[in-house]
Amino acid sequence: MDFGPHLFLAILEGAVTAAVISLTAVGLSLVFGIMRVVNVAHGEFFMLGAVVAWWIATSIGIHPALGFTAALIIAPIAVGAIAALSDRLVLSRLEYDPERTIVATIGLLYVFQQATLMTFGPDARPVEPPFNHRLAIPWIEISESGLNLTWPWGLATTSYKLFVIGAACIIVAALWVFLQRTRFGLIMRATQLDREMATAFGIPVRRVYSVVFALGAALAALGAVLIVPVQQAHYLMGGDPLLLSFIAVIIGGLGSLPGTILAGVIIGMSDGIISVFFSPTLAKILATLLVALVLIFRPQGLLGRAP
Amino acid sequence: MTVREGLLHFVLLGILVLLFFVVSDYHDGNWARIMVLAVYAVGYNLLFGYTGLLSLGHALFFATGMYGLALPIQHLGFAPVPAFLSALVCAAVVSSAVGFLALRTSGVAFMIVTLMFAQAGFLLSLYAGRYTRGDEGFVIPQSARIIAGIDFSDPTIRYFAAFFVFAAAYLLIAWLIRTPFGKCLVAIRENEDRARMLGYDVHFHKLVAVILSGTVSGAAGAAYAFLFGYAGATFASVQYSILPLLWVLLGGAGTTIGPLIGTAFAFYLIDFSSDLTTAHLLVVGLAIVLLTLFAPLGLAGEVRKRIVGWLP
Repeated sequence: MDFGPHLFLAILEGAVTAAVISLTAVGLSLVFGIMRVVNVAHGEFFMLGAVVAWWIATSIGIHPALGFTAALIIAPIAVGAIAALSDRLVLSRLEYDPERTIVATIGLLYVFQQATLMTFGPDARPVEPPFNHRLAIPWIEISESGLNLTWPWGLATTSYKLFVIGAACIIVAALWVFLQRTRFGLIMRATQLDREMATAFGIPVRRVYSVVFALGAALAALGAVLIVPVQQAHYLMGGDPLLLSFIAVIIGGLGSLPGTILAGVIIGMSDGIISVFFSPTLAKILATLLVALVLIFRPQGLLGRAP
Repeated sequence: MTVREGLLHFVLLGILVLLFFVVSDYHDGNWARIMVLAVYAVGYNLLFGYTGLLSLGHALFFATGMYGLALPIQHLGFAPVPAFLSALVCAAVVSSAVGFLALRTSGVAFMIVTLMFAQAGFLLSLYAGRYTRGDEGFVIPQSARIIAGIDFSDPTIRYFAAFFVFAAAYLLIAWLIRTPFGKCLVAIRENEDRARMLGYDVHFHKLVAVILSGTVSGAAGAAYAFLFGYAGATFASVQYSILPLLWVLLGGAGTTIGPLIGTAFAFYLIDFSSDLTTAHLLVVGLAIVLLTLFAPLGLAGEVRKRIVGWLP
């Protein structure tokens, strides 16, 4: 394959990663922005979403589309419930102290991960996509006889991957409307702006925090359900999304949702593109160093406001 | 250092010597490991317990010490003593660089920056798989673990070598926190702004604390590689940044005896739970959650709060 089609393919693969990372990162950003909690266990909510999706899809098992649709609805709710429970049992008792919650969520990370290992086992398990048509993509080639439409071998995607990209866009847009146009979105934004003032106006801040934590986890789970037909469910799969969404949240400016989405897209795309052309390990080394340096020299992120 | 503190240190180290003759060979092996890992915890405690800086990237220093010793032995044919010095120098250099950059941030950002540096170090050890052999790691041959005719792979020698390293690190920190420098670190932990207002160079003190803590952690990594004859990328992973935090939290942050107590407790907790389930990290996770919820001061910290107020 020539460079052009190869790059196009890399961009397509990158867009799938970008879609999933943006969803996961928005969840992390929401939790950090409103609760000021760095949720290290966020990647495990992603993993739980994938595992629950596998469990639902295999136990329904009439038709892949039915199982998948059920997973798409039930998995985020189940994971959100687990998150709300951990908020009630652990985080709220720590009074949301930034340092102690980090340590506690590290503990939760191991608890979720190892509990999954004990029940789900160490194997990677696939979920069948609801539909999966191979779509060949034409390529325009400039030759001596003018523009030619060719069909390079291997330049193809699947309808399911396009669905993932589309679904992620719709979910993010819906979340935006929810935050900007609904009463509950207003309450969440008010809590973010000034927790004490919100309490003074009679907003039940504790309950808002539980809902936000559940919503953040549910977004990660949604991302996982979308990607699991492409990637397989595994008990250690939470590491990469955690790292990448961390990077997105930091580069985008801590707590800034548009920044996070933009950074998620950039990071997902570049992860896809760099991994195709260079060693994925080298790409990750550069990405982690970049995050550290952004935090050191531009702590407000790229789109965040200066303090 | 008061008399009763000196007595406490003497009794603690005496118990460790006696322990060798009391417990079985199996537990001797465990305790050699615990003491070396406790050196790591002692180093971590200086930064987290006394200076109040929570680092999530100490595996970088541990692994730097480990590779700083193992790679020269393996590829350059270094003798053990120069290799150990090389490990200390590497750890000091890496911790200076990390300290210089990471201390420009504070709080949550400091944790994430150290975490990211450690992650980059871990990935680098995988990327340089040609030399480090990545996850698989490599064994340091027994022939390279002999100093002046003494074979350090022998269990008895190994136990007392581990004891010696632990005693050195333990006494160094116990002495340091009683010096004006150490007291300034505690002052920074308690109230950074006040320490600055009193005229202390807060940044300089923190930087030295990071370097000392990183170098002690590196010494632990080097001792681990040398005494147990193995170096691998696992020791650079996030898990090994979390473990010293767990040990110090368990034992009691900001106490001299806490790191050893916490390491031993966690070691036997994991040893015990490995018999029950393969998912022994579940116990680690639960221990962390329960500790942050119910005993944020740790074992020695609770003892100091309730019974012995003078515990250093």
